[in-house]
Amino acid sequence: MIKDKSETTIETNRHQELGLTDQDVLDIYLNMLKARRVDERLWLLNRAGKIPFVVSGQGQEAAQVGAAFALNRDKDYVAPYYRDYGFVLAWGMTIKELMLNNFAKAEDPNSAGRQMPGHFSSKKLRILSHSSPVTTQNPHAVGIALAAKLKGDDIVSFVTFGEGSSNQGDFHEAANFAAVQKLPVVFMCENNHYAISVSLKHQLACEKISDRAIGYGMPGKTFDGNDPLAAYAAVKEASDRAHRGEGPTLLEANCYRLMPHTSDDNDMTYRTKKEVDEAKKNDGVLTFANYLRAVGVLTEDREKKMEEQVRKEIDEATDYAEKAPFDDADTVLRYVYEEEN
Amino acid sequence: MPVISYIEALTQALDEEMSRDENVFIMGEDVGMRGGVFQATKGLYEKYGENRVIDTPLAESAIAGVGIGAAMYGMRPVAEMQFSDFMLPAANQIISEAAKMRYRSNNDWSVPMTIRAPFGGGVHGGLYHSQSMEAIFANVPGLKIVIPSTPYDVKGLLKASIRSNDPVLFFEHKRAYRLIKGEVPNHDYVLPLGKADVKRKGTDVTVITYGLMVHFALQAAEKLADEGISVHILDLRTVYPLDKEAIIEAASKTGKILLLTEDTKEGSIMSEVAAIIAENCLFDLDAPIKRLGAPDAPAMPYAGPLEQAFMVKPEQVENELRNLAEF
Repeated sequence: MIKDKSETTIETNRHQELGLTDQDVLDIYLNMLKARRVDERLWLLNRAGKIPFVVSGQGQEAAQVGAAFALNRDKDYVAPYYRDYGFVLAWGMTIKELMLNNFAKAEDPNSAGRQMPGHFSSKKLRILSHSSPVTTQNPHAVGIALAAKLKGDDIVSFVTFGEGSSNQGDFHEAANFAAVQKLPVVFMCENNHYAISVSLKHQLACEKISDRAIGYGMPGKTFDGNDPLAAYAAVKEASDRAHRGEGPTLLEANCYRLMPHTSDDNDMTYRTKKEVDEAKKNDGVLTFANYLRAVGVLTEDREKKMEEQVRKEIDEATDYAEKAPFDDADTVLRYVYEEEN
Repeated sequence: MPVISYIEALTQALDEEMSRDENVFIMGEDVGMRGGVFQATKGLYEKYGENRVIDTPLAESAIAGVGIGAAMYGMRPVAEMQFSDFMLPAANQIISEAAKMRYRSNNDWSVPMTIRAPFGGGVHGGLYHSQSMEAIFANVPGLKIVIPSTPYDVKGLLKASIRSNDPVLFFEHKRAYRLIKGEVPNHDYVLPLGKADVKRKGTDVTVITYGLMVHFALQAAEKLADEGISVHILDLRTVYPLDKEAIIEAASKTGKILLLTEDTKEGSIMSEVAAIIAENCLFDLDAPIKRLGAPDAPAMPYAGPLEQAFMVKPEQVENELRNLAEF
């Protein structure tokens, strides 16, 4: 922050220092906004009885989108987890595809209605399919990096997971394996402070998730998960390190889960409205918009246009997905094994 | 044709597949410089180097999970679990991930991975180096489970498993490694997954079995032939999914069936085989379906006499077959 003569605070232009253009940060914001508005629409659709289930990413968009922009979106492989709406939008998945996913329709590229919503997958986009038993994707991301190393491909394998997941054996086994083999993996924990109802202090005794990195012989870093620029900087550094052959990094995005765990959860049974309201003050979607306004990148007119564009896209996508057919019942037996021809 | 051991056939298959396809690589505990605790990967580290014969940290879930990731990238990992008893930490990766990957992604992703694991008893291995683990995984569509009984089958089935575009669990009987020898062609050949094989033709009694028990059955059949009892032996070779057609044919042929496994009996592979026969062959049966397996106790004890008491013995096989023939 710098102060001008009249003592009013003027925001430093932080994104230029990171090599990001005004258009880049507007794109980052647009993706965050899309993720937020899609998420909000999903809750409405659920409460209206149109879709059976929502798993929410609200409060984690900044870290997700900032991370995606720091990676090579044409080459790198990613294993996002089920709250990563912001991430997959920034990675190339469309709102229409996300709506098809949530309505579980045949055209859903993630699983054609096999999996619950938010279980992202796309070979075309190099998004690994993941499941509901958490953290199983971490060893897969390591396997991708191992295979790329064996084939001499210069890529980074990026994986996300929650802080509860960082207690799983697969978190440990994957981190250790990647470090021993010096593989190009970026582990990013989205610490949203809750594993369903169990808060951080009941999940782990160390101060930060990133403190665990030293046990694997890799660097660990915690950053403000409400700030996409902090996420960008941290993931960029980890990715550069991976490209240089220096091995994996453990990152921790300090976020907050603004919504209940899922549409089937009631978070007021284990946390207070006051706590949630307090966290909302730091909501990345709001604070980043403030930043963009302060540095003169986001004008009122542009913001209005963005909101209109996103709303229109969501309306059309919702309409399309709702009307789209489910997969035929006889496809339930398809693709258990490879099919001939 | 050269006569080699069960484990030599295994090493030969691995070697040939690695030389044929650069995407094939081996990973597991002690598979590198040590050549595997049973020497199944002997010489491969020297021949293909540490990048293709990877000594992993002692962590089975990572061995399976990293293998899955590598397979999704287009490699063909052959992961070794040092003993099948130790693969349960990897069960989530095998059941929730490898088995469901193709289905849950609607055919977008696949996991062309083979997981090898020595199983079976009779080697003083105690509770945790003797178990049969196949039944635990034999209710998981998406997986294939292969258990060869002869060196010839080892080579052809392992090659087929490695070339399969779906995950295969390949269980090798550790007592068969050096005990069982047989003719194995030097040239390249594959045997079909999912197909059982008649190991002996007979007319009076049918044995359906797999693994080391195939040899117990062959031994018993030889003896019973002297008594004028003709035994038909079907080796399942793939225990999941089962070759139903071959089972129905073998059961119907004699109408008297012994289902033999060294696994604990209740809920074993043979329970499913019995169900298939019951559903399809009722009017061809001339005796109740008989199962012979290990007792329903947790696992094979270490002390010699206790191990003997637990393990199915060749004489039991012989007696059961005689009883059925006389029924």
